[in-house]
Order: sequence, then structure tokens, then C-alpha cells
Amino acid sequence: MRSLFRLLCFTLALALSPQAAADPAPARQHELIRLVRQDCGSCHGMTLKGGLGSPLLPDNLRDKPAASLVATVVHGRPGTAMPPWKTILAEGEAEWIVARLLTGFPSE
Amino acid sequence: MKNLLFLLFAMLAGCAQPQLRGTGDLGVVIERAAGRVLIVDSSARARLGSVDGLGDLSHASVVFSRDARFAYVFGRDGGITKVDLLTQHIDRRVVQAGNSIGGAISQDGRLVVAQNYEPGGIKVFDAQTLELLADIPSTYGSDGLRAKVVGLADLPGNRFAYALFEAGEVWVADLSDPRRPQITKYRDIGKQPYDGLVTPNGRHYLAGLFGEDGIALIDLWQPQLGARKILAHYGRGEEKLPVFKMPHLRGWAVAGQRAYLPAVGRHEVLVVDTSTWQEVGRIAVKGQPVFVMARPDARQVWVNFAFPDNGWVQVIDTLDHKLVDTLTPGKAVLHLEFTPKGEQVWISARDDNRVVIYDTQTRQPVGEIPAESPSGIFFTSRAARIGF
Repeated sequence: MRSLFRLLCFTLALALSPQAAADPAPARQHELIRLVRQDCGSCHGMTLKGGLGSPLLPDNLRDKPAASLVATVVHGRPGTAMPPWKTILAEGEAEWIVARLLTGFPSE
Repeated sequence: MKNLLFLLFAMLAGCAQPQLRGTGDLGVVIERAAGRVLIVDSSARARLGSVDGLGDLSHASVVFSRDARFAYVFGRDGGITKVDLLTQHIDRRVVQAGNSIGGAISQDGRLVVAQNYEPGGIKVFDAQTLELLADIPSTYGSDGLRAKVVGLADLPGNRFAYALFEAGEVWVADLSDPRRPQITKYRDIGKQPYDGLVTPNGRHYLAGLFGEDGIALIDLWQPQLGARKILAHYGRGEEKLPVFKMPHLRGWAVAGQRAYLPAVGRHEVLVVDTSTWQEVGRIAVKGQPVFVMARPDARQVWVNFAFPDNGWVQVIDTLDHKLVDTLTPGKAVLHLEFTPKGEQVWISARDDNRVVIYDTQTRQPVGEIPAESPSGIFFTSRAARIGF
């Protein structure tokens, strides 16, 4: 019974998580936009058209599942120059960034 | 009446007469987000003017014509803009690639070379007209892939050395006959060269490696010896820290008999003796070094750092390898540049929208210049240096 309850909670949490993950606060959103444009921009270009790193425009990312893009941001890509950003970004923030990259990233 | 006429004439003559001046104390500051450069005067510690319309300058670098009148600005979008520092106008501009990282100018000043990511390779232009003279794709391996070109440096003899990021190769292009380039390739120099430099005497080319610990070294006076590795395993097998910004290499790393090099993914500056190329020390610093630059007299080395430690600048005394100062010039320090003899250093603080000028002896700020998201600072003294 107890394990069933646990399973139920787990399932509920999973089901709710997209809604439960609140967008970052407006001030933090502003910081994240600047971070992506300026600091991700050192490799991906401020316009995100690419550089040493891959281009990150919606057309370049269309075929890639959001979850794998979030994993790339959080954990990096070993063997390439893409570092893990987990010390800088919370997972929810990485999700927020990826969602915006897929639809066209806002300007500062 | 006669007096008045005379005055009027004198005024008109004053207007027509161009104000003569040299360019030896001039420079440019990149305003990266605005696609604009500021023209600055390091004697007056002032901004003289600005020139816009230079395209995407999110990564930009600058070389100068040998008369130090023109700045060639290489933008991320493949643009090369030739800016006249005296008239403060664009003399010429071409867009020559989709994605570019920088450029160099030949020993005789006649050739400007761009290094490109997309399509990978270098392109050679007439410095006066920006007419294309040669296109050298960085094709490697057997599948026709083109590598991103990094670390382009001019060498004596109108030659240029550069590294191929994905290929792990260094190529030397002899452009003494620019329409018929001769290429010498050094293969298997190490994994993922990220940037390169030539020593101030033009003899040794170094390519920093990202994919492994170490630096590839080529003695250009003895090319038959090939490439060898120095500082191999400097990370001692420890996992490196996440690298949020690649370090940058140029001949400024050399101070007297020693070279001061950024350790990739470590909070260290590595010190190498340039006669033996052996490590002679390492200096613990505040973050991962991006620019490690010797003051022109070689007594001090100034270091800035990758995100998130990019609010600091540290100063190393080269006599005893001790840190003598830790400064906070502003938010997001992207670049620094010494005046020709090194009495001042100009430091760009991107997120504070200013360039801060320090006296290098007292290490006190002595002035500042407002600039919109400033990144690179380039003084015309680079015109006379090999490898710049």
C-alpha cells in the first residue's frame, strides 16, 4: 500500500512537473537572456548563428528533442568544447532557455 | 572692413586646412553589440570619434596597416572593414565568409588574410583594395571536411601559420607569390587546437590544445623537426573545470625569456622557459585565464578570466612569479591592451559599459571612457609587431 502511494505520488509529480516548473522570475529572465547572448555567444555568436559552437537558431534545432537539448546545456557534450552549465543554471532555467531557443531567442 | 575680410579669410583657411596628426597613439575599441568601433587616443585618454556599420562584431579582431592609418576589422559575419583612423570613415568593406574569427596582415603589409570557420579556410586579400587573391580551404582527411581555422599568425617571409580545430593540424602558407600559395602541413599536432601564437621573433609557433593537456610547438627555423608537444599532461590527469570561454593566445604571452600561458580548465598560469621549452613554474590565479598579457617591458603580466570570474584582473610580477595585485575594474572584463610602452593598460568592462584606464606602475585607475558593451581594444602599435 505504501509503495503504491509512493508510486502514485511519483506519477503525479511527473505529470505535473511541466506546469509545476515555474518560469524564472522576470529579473532572472533578463539575466538569462544576457547570459545566452553574451556568454553562450562567445562560442555560438551573439546572434546565435554559430562560431566554434554550433548555430542555435530555431531552424538548426528543429529536429532535436527539447529534452536532449536541455541535457546538453546542463551536462555539456564530452569530447567537444560545450561545457556543463549545471553550476550556473538550474534545470528549470535550462528548460526555459531551450524553449526560447526553439522559438526564436529574445533580444536583450 | 579690411580687417573683417582678413578674419573671414583666415577662418575659411582654418576650415580647409586638415589638422595634421600621427596615428601612433591611436587605437580602436569594439562596441560588440552595436557593430561600431570607437577611435581612441591614448595620449589624450579620450575618444575621438566612432565609425558604425561594421556588421556583427560579437567576435571581432583588428590588425593595422603598416603605416598605422587603417584598421582592418574582422567581424563574426565574415566582414572585413578597412577603417581610416584619420578621417574616421569606412574606406572599404567586404563580406567574405559566413562565419569568421579574425585575421592577420603580412610582413610587407600588402596582404590581409582572414581566418574562417564557415566555410573553413583562409582567404587572402590585397590590403589596399581588398581584392581576393587566394582562397585556401582547410580540407582535411579523406571525406572532404573543412576544419574551423584558429590561431592565424603572420610570419617573416609573407608566410602565415594557422591551426585546424577539428583536424589537429597546423598549416603554414607561404604567400610570397600570393596567387600561388605554397602550403606546408603539420599533421597530428594534438587534439583540438583552439588558438595559436608566434613568438615575437617569428621563430616558434605554439598552438594551444583544448582536447588534451599540452601545447604544440613548431620551430619555424627548423621546420624539418616537425611539431612537438610541450607542457604535456599539465593537468596531471585531473578532470578539468568546465571551460565557459576559450583562452586567447598571441605573442603577448612572451615576457623576456619566458612565456606565460593559460592553463585550459584550471585556475593557473603556466610558465615556460623559451630556450628549453620546459615548464619552470605555475601560478595559481582567481579563475580560468583568458588573456595572459605581458606588459611591453616584460616586468608584469596581467590576466583576466573566463565567466563567472570575469570581474577580476590579476597582476603577476615576473621577477618572483608572485601575484602583486587583484583588481576589480568592472563587470565582465573582456579584454585589455597596453599602450605602446606599457605605462597604461586599457581594460574593457562590458557590463559596466566603459573602458577603464590604469596606470600600470601604481595600478590605480587614471581615467575611463564610456563605451557600449566594449570588447576588444587594439592600439596601432600592433602594426609593427610580428604575429599581430
